[in-house]
This record gives sequence, structure tokens and C-alpha cells, in this order.
Amino acid sequence: MTNYELVAIGASAGGMNALKEILSNLDRDFAFPIVAVQHVAPDSENYLVEYLDEYSNLSVREASEKQSILPYHVYFAPPNYHLLVEEDKTFSLTVSEKVNYSRPSIDVSFESAALAYKERVIGILLTGASQDGAKGMQMLHGFKSMTIVQEPKTASVPVMPKAAIELVTVDYKLPLEKIAPFLNTLSRTHAGRKEQKG
Amino acid sequence: MINNQDLAQENISIDIKLLLEAIYLKYGHDFRNYSQAHLKRRILHRLMLSNINSISEMQYKVLHEPEFMQEILTDFSINVTEMFRDPAFYLTMRKDVLPVLRTYPYIKIWHAGCSTGEEVYSMAILLEEEGLLDKTLIYATDNNETVLKVAKKAEYSTENLKNYQKNYEKGGGKGKLSDYYEEKGSVIKFDPRFRKRIVFSEHNLVTDNVFTEVHLIICRNVLIYFNRNLQNRVIKLFHDSLMKEGVLGIGSKESVDYSRYGDAFEYINKNQKIYIKKSGNDE
Ligand SMILES: C[S@@+](CC[C@H](N)C(=O)[O-])C[C@H]1O[C@@H](n2cnc3c(N)ncnc32)[C@H](O)[C@@H]1O
Repeated sequence: MTNYELVAIGASAGGMNALKEILSNLDRDFAFPIVAVQHVAPDSENYLVEYLDEYSNLSVREASEKQSILPYHVYFAPPNYHLLVEEDKTFSLTVSEKVNYSRPSIDVSFESAALAYKERVIGILLTGASQDGAKGMQMLHGFKSMTIVQEPKTASVPVMPKAAIELVTVDYKLPLEKIAPFLNTLSRTHAGRKEQKG
Repeated sequence: MINNQDLAQENISIDIKLLLEAIYLKYGHDFRNYSQAHLKRRILHRLMLSNINSISEMQYKVLHEPEFMQEILTDFSINVTEMFRDPAFYLTMRKDVLPVLRTYPYIKIWHAGCSTGEEVYSMAILLEEEGLLDKTLIYATDNNETVLKVAKKAEYSTENLKNYQKNYEKGGGKGKLSDYYEEKGSVIKFDPRFRKRIVFSEHNLVTDNVFTEVHLIICRNVLIYFNRNLQNRVIKLFHDSLMKEGVLGIGSKESVDYSRYGDAFEYINKNQKIYIKKSGNDE
């Protein structure tokens, strides 16, 4: 079984509620750090992060460049920057061109996660009206990471998860409320195995 | 052209290290301490577009075809910029920094990593409105000669003008942005009086040294491309280039905290990442 090390979540239109549903239902000792990209306006304030932090057991923050990626944290891409994951488990930012009309873009973060963490990523694509994230999921899949999309029927805007399903044979299509429990199970299995070993 | 499955089999990190080493040895361009994730993305982008099959093949091509090296330089360089980007930064400059600079008989400013110059002309307009342009000299540098050529022309497409106008107003603009340029078809050209106060030149933050002492350094969204080692070097370079109680402005998501020289600066404005060089602890 794969030793997962990172959860990467992407969301666009309708993402705030979907993210709230997931982040508020994850275990307090959830084992994997989470990188999250939600499409936001370039000049938006920190509201999303503060809001989600209130509902989550984990510490929800905006990612800073060069910051170490640690468990029990959810790191959001800052408005108007793409968020990159480095192999040494830190973040970088870039102001390069928009991708899929978006900065931050989900594809950019997912692809960097695949390149840095190889098969050890759990990629999750949620509701949205964009095509963003599909290519990222494809790359994660190519690197044998786990791919999960929100079952489009349960998405407030199904375009984004649908686009991913069309492009990639994803590993799981889950209704929104099943995603957190599924992740908790993966996290507990991971913790259990670590205990056995050490 | 390479697909994801093949890519997963490659020793990407090793191959990239070798490629960067080759570029450095052959051409002296030192990208070895740039963000790996950033370079990876650009290199793979080039791989997907071209008919090259692997990073090692790319290395061979770079070593044997100088024209290809030029393409790679363009790939590695992120030049995205705009006028009055993060307007609050300019507002703070106007309110908290220029009043201090005003007390000097002349003012020297260094824009490092100025890209195509939008940021530099924004600053020049600010200085003009505060009545300081005539006693100011701006050094604007970048390591990419292509963007400097654009900057020197002072000509920009009208495409983003609405956004620039909005930024200008939010940044405390006193008139209209159109007071400062002439529109000719789909381009605008800034008034020559700005260009006269600006010296554009090539300067590489990684390999070049201090070239003059200035009152204010502005270097935004450049440090994000460097690893911590390199950030250290560059922040020291800035420290050494600033006069006593000189001011440093960096990008809103950047920080000097991680640097060994972080302690030598204190905040003027934390949100806008504007610092003042502490006096007294000169080494
Ligand atoms: C994203 S742009 C930032 C432009 C502008 N300062 C802004 O914030 O809008 C980054 C610039 O840094 C320049 N740069 C990258 N490495 C550099 C180096 N080693 N020395 C000088 N400039 C560099 C690039 O050529 C590019 O023009």
C-alpha cells in the first residue's frame, strides 16, 4: 500500500461550502498535510481562510513561500499567486501567467504536487464551473497518486468534476459527505501502520 | 513530446540538476538556486511543446545550440507585471516613505527585477505627483535583456489600461493616468520626462554585486523564485546597497524573516512588506 504524504484539494464555484463540509469533518489528528486551491478574485481578502479555520479541527492558513509543509495544517494558495509544492516539502509561489483563466490555478498546484511527491498524493477535485484541475488530476494519475472527484451529481456546479472524469479514469467518485470519512479512514490506516513499524 | 507515464519513470530531479549545472558551466547563467518546482514546471512545459523526448536530450541541445539556450532563458524568466500592482503598496509609499525621502537633497532608487518596466513608470508617476521626480534618479535593473528593451521604449499595449487606471486610483493617484502618456492606436507611450530620470541596465542578483548606494530599493516578486540560500545573498546585497536608514520594499507575499539579515531590517509597514534598514549595526 502507498504511503500517502499529502492531500491536494481543488475547488471553484461552490467550493466554499464543499470545503467547509470536508474540513469540518476531518479528524483532529488527521495525518496528512492539506494543500488547497480555491479560485478567488485577485484582490480578495483572507476571509475564506479565516472562515474555514473556524470550522476545522486543523489549522487553516494561507500558504507562505518557503514555509514547511506539516501535518494538521491546511494551506491555501494566496489570491493572485500560483502555489507550488517543492520536493523538500516546502512551498514556492509564482506570479506566472494565469492557467485556465485562474491564478491560483488548481492544475499548477496539482502538477507540482505530483512532480514533488510522486505517488504519495491524494488529489481531490470538487465543484466548479471551470476546466481547471483536470490536467492536474491526469498528471497525478500518471504518477500513480490517488485521484478522487466529487460525484458531479452532488456538486453545486458539476462542470469541473465532470471535466476531470472525461479526461482521467479517476480512482473514486464520491458524494460530498463521503469524502471526509474516506480521508479519515486513510489517515487512521496510515497512523496504525506507522505504530506497527515503530 | 513526453507523456505523464514516461515522465513518472524519469529521474526528473537528477536530470534537472545536471541540466542546470550544464547551463552554468557553459553559459554562466546560474539557476542552481532557483525554486526547483518553478524550473521543473518550465522545463516540462518546454518538453511537452517540443519534439525533445527527455531532459537529458534537452541538456545536449542546450550545450550545442546557443539559440536553444535563449529559448530556455525565456522559459525560465517570469516577467508578468502590471502598473500599480497591489495599489496599497503605492499608497503606503506615498504616505510613509516619500515624506522621509523628501528630506534628502537628491534621491536614488533601485528597482531590482523591474521586468518590462510598468512598476518603474508607476513609481516615476508617484514621484512626479509628489514633486520629487526632478531630484530623483531611478536605477532599474533586470537580468533579462529582452524585457529591458521593452522597458526602455516606455510603450505599452492599451489592453490592460482599465485595470491600470483602477490601480492608479486605488494607489492614491492625484490626477488621471492618461495625464502621463500619449495614446497612439493600441499603444500608449509614457512622457519622455519619466524616461529621463530612469537608467535601465542589466544586473543579475545572483552573480553581480553592489553597484551604487541608494535610499530606496524595490524588488517585488523576484525573491519568490529563489531558494533560501539565494534569498540570503540577495537580501545581504540589498542591505549593503542601502544608505543609512534606507528603505526596502518587497512583494506582499515575500519576507526577509528567513534571511540571516532579517534582523538588520524593521517594518515600516508589515502588510505592504516595506522595511527600513536599522542604523547602528553596520558590520
Ligand atoms: C515576476 S517579475 C516581477 C516584476 C515586477 N517587479 C513586479 O513585481 O511586477 C520577476 C522579474 O525578476 C527578474 N529576475 C529573475 N531572476 C533575476 C536575477 N537573477 N537578477 C535580476 N533579475 C531577475 C525576471 O527577469 C523578471 O523580470
